[in-house]
Amino acid sequence: MTDAAGPAIRTEDLRKTYKSSRGDVPAVRGIDLSVGSGQFFGLLGPNGAGKSTTIGMLTTLVLPTGGRAWVAGLDVVADPVGVKRRIGVVTQNNTLDMQLTVAENLEFRSRFFGLGLREASRRASQLLEVFGLADRRKAMSTDLSGGQAKRLLIARALVHRPDVLFLDEPTAGLDPQTRVNLWDILRVLHAEGQTILLTTHYMEEAEALCEQIAVIDHGEVLASGTVNELKAGAGAETVITVRYGDPVPGDMTERAGLAERPGVRKVEADGDYVRVFTREPEGVLGELVTAGSAAGLTVRDATQLKPSLETVFLTLTGREYRE
Amino acid sequence: MTTTTRKAPPVAPEHPGVPSASEVAALIAEAPVPRPTLIRTFNAMMAREFRVLRRNAIATFTRAVMQPLLFVFVFAYVFPKIGGGFNLGGGAAASQATGSINFATILVPGLMASMLLMQGIMAVTFPLVMEFSWQRTIEDRALAPVPIRVLAIQKIVAGAIQSFIGAVIVFPIVLFVHAAGQAPHVHVTNWALFALILIFASLLTSALGLLLGTIMDPRKMQMLFAVILLPATMLGCVYYPWSALHHIRWLQIAVLINPMVYMSEGLRAVLTPVLPHMPMWAVLFALIGGTVVFGYLGTRTFTKRVLN
Repeated sequence: MTDAAGPAIRTEDLRKTYKSSRGDVPAVRGIDLSVGSGQFFGLLGPNGAGKSTTIGMLTTLVLPTGGRAWVAGLDVVADPVGVKRRIGVVTQNNTLDMQLTVAENLEFRSRFFGLGLREASRRASQLLEVFGLADRRKAMSTDLSGGQAKRLLIARALVHRPDVLFLDEPTAGLDPQTRVNLWDILRVLHAEGQTILLTTHYMEEAEALCEQIAVIDHGEVLASGTVNELKAGAGAETVITVRYGDPVPGDMTERAGLAERPGVRKVEADGDYVRVFTREPEGVLGELVTAGSAAGLTVRDATQLKPSLETVFLTLTGREYRE
Repeated sequence: MTTTTRKAPPVAPEHPGVPSASEVAALIAEAPVPRPTLIRTFNAMMAREFRVLRRNAIATFTRAVMQPLLFVFVFAYVFPKIGGGFNLGGGAAASQATGSINFATILVPGLMASMLLMQGIMAVTFPLVMEFSWQRTIEDRALAPVPIRVLAIQKIVAGAIQSFIGAVIVFPIVLFVHAAGQAPHVHVTNWALFALILIFASLLTSALGLLLGTIMDPRKMQMLFAVILLPATMLGCVYYPWSALHHIRWLQIAVLINPMVYMSEGLRAVLTPVLPHMPMWAVLFALIGGTVVFGYLGTRTFTKRVLN
């Protein structure tokens, strides 16, 4: 149904500012995205970065205050009903209908999308079978475990074969095994051509699943591309951080000649820590310990991060990633 | 949290609910083509309400029956037996105007009006406050392929049906529960008018319920009783005809802002015409106008709450 030529999702300078008694709170400040049909796209950022607001605008439940967005070629503000027909949404909260059974949740959703009684019941059975919930069909939706509820939410988002599947923090609050299990489900859906946009604050989730990632913080896209592009572009460096027992003297890093070492791109010294971004991490940690003891400092903590989305984030924002 | 996955023995690496590629391919290939229309979606939402009502039939029925049953029991059975009590309130005034009218007769229309309000609010406001609270389950239906205002209108219609049923339940109760000789004198003078009044009164209470449900702070739900339900009922001409208030002129004018007054008086006009009642044009004007105003405001605030 998606226009084969156009992207499944596109935004242009998309903005949302919430009005509050203490002034305007900008949640999303001009985001440009383009998600191709069939793509598995990840919106990665810490809590409060503006991911849920963005997904809210794309799914028509949050009204943008600026810019434009199209899903399946339809403007989300001008044609919200058209957009809702073409999307499936797995909300962050458990929005299952608590008054209905597992099967009824699927049956009524099917009927909301225009299926007849018999068709809806057949579709519900099929989905329950595929998502391993057939034995819970008569249970009330409130009686499901966290993982089962998530599976039902995904099944429910798929009743009408959406062009785009949105998942807002699908694995937040799930135990590790259930999370891996959900990843498998999403991988299979993607392999069968389902366009997926997922938000997550878990780096490893974005890395494990998404073909394209947009790193977002404070309502802005910091960088986007494939995992490899992101690493190559922004942070193919190892990041080594050493915290000392006392504040670092201003000339310590210079005296140690850290910036002159081969492969080092940047040396940061602030308060009680020194951070080195380098392509050749070998020996740097030892150097930092030696430099510290020469300046009379004891080492309190040391970390060495291999190039990953986390170092990308660190490089882009200068801040450690807060999950 | 997850019981099933944790209980799974470690030797079985198969993850529950992970579909195979072929299953998903079938899921997509066999997917029915959605062809939602406004009417279909609306009907499906109504069907969902009735499914829930049926599931909670006992609770819903108890809620609808207990209030009128107790009222009628005390006013039409206990008071007449212990003597004199029923002459309190409007009884005296009514008797002056019409000779000997028992209190049950006065009470029937008022009780129906009170049930309309109570059921309208119970059926709409309470579930809505739940749906808007922590998990925001409202998002489930907000994602159905219809404009949000259609969802609001659907809630008003579903609530109105419940409040209509709540009012009608009063009939069998007043007919059967009373002391000897205390049966109310009720007969419908104009069925069409009676139906019109009941329908608009139901829609009005349900629309009011929607408005309250979208503007109420869930943490202050108890205020609903103190500020809305109690004053509306006590000062809603439930226990006395409006004309009897001419003794307290300021109150007679003040209660005109209360939609309950027009429900009680309208029902009084068609059910117990022997009693003094408001002119019908005023009743219909207030009920239809109130439905439009509350419906408009409720739909607006609802849409604003859903689309933040």
